[in-house]
Amino acid sequence: MPSTYTPIATTTLGSPASVVSFTSISGSYTDLRLVSVYRGTSTGINCYPNSDFGSNKSWTAIRGTGTVAESSRNSSIAIQDYWQTVTNATGEFTVSKMDFMNYSNTTTFKTVLVRRDVTSAYTEAIVNLYRSTSALTSLGLYSASGNFDTGSTFTLYGVKSA
Amino acid sequence: MPDTFIKIASVTVGSGTAATMEFTSIPSTYTDLVLKVSARSGSTTGTNVAITFNGSSSNVSMRLLYGTGSTAASLADSTKIAWEQSIASYTSNTFSSADVYIPNYAGSNYKSLSFDDTSENNATLAFAELGAGLWSSTAAINQITLTSSSANFVQYTTATLYGIKNS
Repeated sequence: MPSTYTPIATTTLGSPASVVSFTSISGSYTDLRLVSVYRGTSTGINCYPNSDFGSNKSWTAIRGTGTVAESSRNSSIAIQDYWQTVTNATGEFTVSKMDFMNYSNTTTFKTVLVRRDVTSAYTEAIVNLYRSTSALTSLGLYSASGNFDTGSTFTLYGVKSA
Repeated sequence: MPDTFIKIASVTVGSGTAATMEFTSIPSTYTDLVLKVSARSGSTTGTNVAITFNGSSSNVSMRLLYGTGSTAASLADSTKIAWEQSIASYTSNTFSSADVYIPNYAGSNYKSLSFDDTSENNATLAFAELGAGLWSSTAAINQITLTSSSANFVQYTTATLYGIKNS
């Protein structure tokens, strides 16, 4: 049975860092999944595909705060895993999963589904749209504020449909 | 290329019922865990599936976003990590589904969880939920217990635990 869920690359921070990058991403998978487990001061992930810093992204989010359910949408220069940034509680790490569907096609815009959980603050689901027909070959993960702390991990998986 | 999404164990409730489902002696050789649960309770009132680790129900908290078919709401709970499950009054043969992601389960940090679940029902009331959970413990997870909060899990309730490696 061939593997259909393959780790492409992983980074574990040995010291605080504001940027983590995945480059030269192969186009041989069907989808990509990025699993990030991180903490920091009022941070989230701003993801810039293909070093594209243009205003060609947008998102729609739903969120539970523990007291209310709410929704928002916005235009953006980054694929985001957050609606608002939040500082983690002591010992707590944020869990973020980003699914990049059909990331290597060159005919359609790219949809990215995100689940992000910060137990002390929010549970969120966000859909991002990257209005580009370019295949994704790199992902730059920028901390929305300050650094990602030591011990934060970022792993990119390739998912094959067959 | 080695397989990196590996079934560790599966539990199915046989004839009769069960109050709990358990995974023990979970090896620490993976990076993350994924738990898939298909569950139904014999209860006639709302009930949930609670997850605990290493036999401890302490130091757990969660935050939920849920929809019932008519409203959306959110809650926080500092006594359990749990999600809705199908019950006896729901459409026959309908089981709730849950997908639980537990990263860095063998590390020395507190353990964060991400989970999605549904309790679909051919009626007015049903549930779709997104959840965040935290077990504030530095111990490696080597045991997972699923408990039905009211009445027992019915026959054919299943849970499967997978391990994911990042290399």
